[in-house]
Amino acid sequence: MTTDVAVEARNAVKAFGQGETAVRALDDVSIQIRKAEFFTLLGPSGCGKTTLLRLIAGFETPTSGQILLDGKDITNDPPNKRPVNTVFQSYALFPHLSVAQNIAFGLEMLGRPRAEITKTVERMLALVKLEAMAGRKTSQLSGGQQQRVALARALAPQPKVLLLDEPLSALDYKLRKEMQLELKRLQTETGITFIFVTHDQEEALTMSDRIAVMSAGHIQQIGGPREIYTRPVNRFVADFIGETNFLSGEAGEGRVTLASGDVVQVEGAEGRKGKVTVVIRPEQVRLAEAGAAETIPATVESLVYFGTDTHCHLRLKDGTEMVARLQSPASGEAGLQQGQSVGLRFAPGAARVLED
Amino acid sequence: MADRSFSASRLPGFTATAIFVFIALYLPILMLVIGSFNGGESIGAWQGFTLSWFAKAWANDHVKDATIRSLVIASLAAVISTTVATMAAIATTRRRPFRGQTFIYLMINQPLMVPEIVTAVALLIFFASIKVATGYQGLGYLIAAHSAFCVPFAYLPIRARLEGMDLTLETAAADLYASPWLTFRRVTLPLLLPGIIAGMMLAFVTSLDDVVITLFVKSAGQDTLPTYMLAQVRRQISPEIYAISTVLLALTIVLLTLFFILTRKKD
Amino acid sequence: MSANEEAARHREVRNAWALSAPALILLLVAAIGPLFIMLVYSFLTPGQYGNVEWKFSWDAWIGTLYSRDIFDGTLKLADAHLTIFWRSVKLSLLTTIITFIVGFPTAWFIATRSPRSRALWLFLITIPFWTNLLIRTFAINEIIRNEGLINSVLMWMGVIDQPINMIYTDTAVFVGMTYVYLPLMVLPLFASIDRFDMRLLEAGYDLYASRWQVLRRVIVPIVRPGIVAGSILVFIPALGAYVTPRILGGGKNMMIGNFIELQFGQGRNWPLGAALSVLLLIVVTIALMFYVRASTKGTNNG
Repeated sequence: MTTDVAVEARNAVKAFGQGETAVRALDDVSIQIRKAEFFTLLGPSGCGKTTLLRLIAGFETPTSGQILLDGKDITNDPPNKRPVNTVFQSYALFPHLSVAQNIAFGLEMLGRPRAEITKTVERMLALVKLEAMAGRKTSQLSGGQQQRVALARALAPQPKVLLLDEPLSALDYKLRKEMQLELKRLQTETGITFIFVTHDQEEALTMSDRIAVMSAGHIQQIGGPREIYTRPVNRFVADFIGETNFLSGEAGEGRVTLASGDVVQVEGAEGRKGKVTVVIRPEQVRLAEAGAAETIPATVESLVYFGTDTHCHLRLKDGTEMVARLQSPASGEAGLQQGQSVGLRFAPGAARVLED
Repeated sequence: MADRSFSASRLPGFTATAIFVFIALYLPILMLVIGSFNGGESIGAWQGFTLSWFAKAWANDHVKDATIRSLVIASLAAVISTTVATMAAIATTRRRPFRGQTFIYLMINQPLMVPEIVTAVALLIFFASIKVATGYQGLGYLIAAHSAFCVPFAYLPIRARLEGMDLTLETAAADLYASPWLTFRRVTLPLLLPGIIAGMMLAFVTSLDDVVITLFVKSAGQDTLPTYMLAQVRRQISPEIYAISTVLLALTIVLLTLFFILTRKKD
Repeated sequence: MSANEEAARHREVRNAWALSAPALILLLVAAIGPLFIMLVYSFLTPGQYGNVEWKFSWDAWIGTLYSRDIFDGTLKLADAHLTIFWRSVKLSLLTTIITFIVGFPTAWFIATRSPRSRALWLFLITIPFWTNLLIRTFAINEIIRNEGLINSVLMWMGVIDQPINMIYTDTAVFVGMTYVYLPLMVLPLFASIDRFDMRLLEAGYDLYASRWQVLRRVIVPIVRPGIVAGSILVFIPALGAYVTPRILGGGKNMMIGNFIELQFGQGRNWPLGAALSVLLLIVVTIALMFYVRASTKGTNNG
């Protein structure tokens, strides 16, 4: 199945500094990214995602390990010899060149014939809908337009892999939403492998075919968006992606006894014994009348209105805090009051057991 | 009530002092410029507008020789110092610090730290031996000396420009298949150009202004404009010298204006 | 570090040295190297027609402070030399102090203008900075000489009926140096005031400081690196001044720069000239070391 793999990192280690003070930005990472997939490296700042991207681009050489492109070892190739292009976080558009000249730059460096360059530049301008801007200086463009020029410039040489280093972080919310869809469209149209770096979990979930969640130089989990969200493998992933309630308890006989003394049925509890953590997403917590059958008793601590949702902060008998996310009704009033007693239950199959 | 709104940055007497300073700086220069257009010998009394001092200076072969010599030396010194300063600036900025970097930095800025008179004496002694040993008496000594003391003046604006430059632009060029040389030619150099031109202009002006080092290094008959002017100083300075000063002043202002335009930060 | 990274790093450092080499060689040959030759010359014997004889001698160094009696050959302190040294130090320090006293308000004034007019004021201070020192000395000469502007105006107003003789005095040299070196003080002061956060003043006033207290307790400590830099930039060239004392001081009121030059002209004592230059260099180096210490202390505060 190696033909299916576009980029591979084998035991990649990148350490900065020397001796005692050396920091391992990337600690023995192995990963395979498939052809024509939209792959996202997701994690908090300093997790090593950008370092991995820079190793693939060739801006850094790994301290040890290998980088392969189409099965070929490119670890020691300089960036200008790699059929890989990058969309930079700051866009890095050449200020002394026009939009069209920026897009043509890579093709010129590759020594493509003039006529071909002209045609490709036109095609790229059309692709990112900037035909009217060809002669402009890049400083005269808006943030969104600069972003599209950066994309067109990186796509023009038809790289095998396109690397995107938090390209949307400088845009405002609305524009970011638009560009997310645009990026997805471009990726489908061109069929190029996209490797996308972000710290924004929502961005990762909406765009990616697969996501690698990274932390402290390690890959924590690789999987599709749904898998990552619904079946986080550890506490870090569960906490980083979306909001989560963590409840500690004791596993035994296929069920978990929470610290509050309430007993719940949880997926993954079978065959476990001892201390565990139960995770449940706020939107999977259902509220019912106090004392209703198979519910856990709780008190409403506070209600926070978020527009589409209302967050209901709850406290269990033992003082454990939880959040339930309820869809706001048309009136905006959730029909709950502070201090009110309620019963809560978990949506079927939503709660999971994690190892600590 | 008068408007006495509080301004934190206003300090008593500061504005008055500043205005006085600007007047005191410009009044003498203005007097000198006026003097160069004065019909009489003395500046004290205005005796009608004339351009004759300029004409007289222009017709003076010593002035002509000295001017040409000054321009030749300043141009060559500017080109040489800017070339080596550009290379050194590229070597000493935007890299991980390396052993010896401070040494290079100190060497380059050394001419700014040593009094001119000391450098002049050292060069006189050194070049005198070379003159004896080789018999060469030409302009080479002056050009070498000027090139050397112009290096820090050329270096500073180039370095400033480099430091303000976005490093990712060069990374982007490499990512787009440009070799290191092409990256330099197509990206670094065009972006650096305003800094290089600014540095070259400062070097040119610095060389053109020099008196002391030139005085010590020159061989007989190698007067530059400033050393010629200094040699002409008597109890009363001739308006002809003022005319030359006015022209030099105008040249300085033109070059400085260009320099400001080139180094102005974009809004 | 892997072997690869190590090799890349080596290449990078080697490139840096190769790129710096032309500048370093130029400076070594035509600026720094000759300083060492000058040091050697200060230990030689003067030649009869200038230059030197290659015979070791302490005479030049002794001669910086003492003169030998023509008749009995005994050494005694050379008053003329001491007068010149004292004048150089005195005038340079005075120049530094006065340029600071008037330069600080000027720099403050420029830094507190609106961004648009600030560029203009800055440009106005830069023009004299880059204008030929000789021309500026001519200009100030035009003001203070007996038939110059000051005397003409005072006599016209009837304040005096004889011109005040300022030219060819220590005062003339001092006024001239203050005039020509003032921009060297203002520019570094401006640079550091420009970085000063004006909100700190409001904080100072808010905490009951008077204007004078704000100036002394808030502004001066923070802009201290600029003050030190400006003082050094004025003091060093003032101490080694040659052109200004030559024109405004006449032949009599020599400073050390003119005294050094004399040794290579009529004096025909190159070793003494070299020794005096080394001495000047030592004083300047001490001043620079003071500068480095003072300015790093300043950054710790800031």
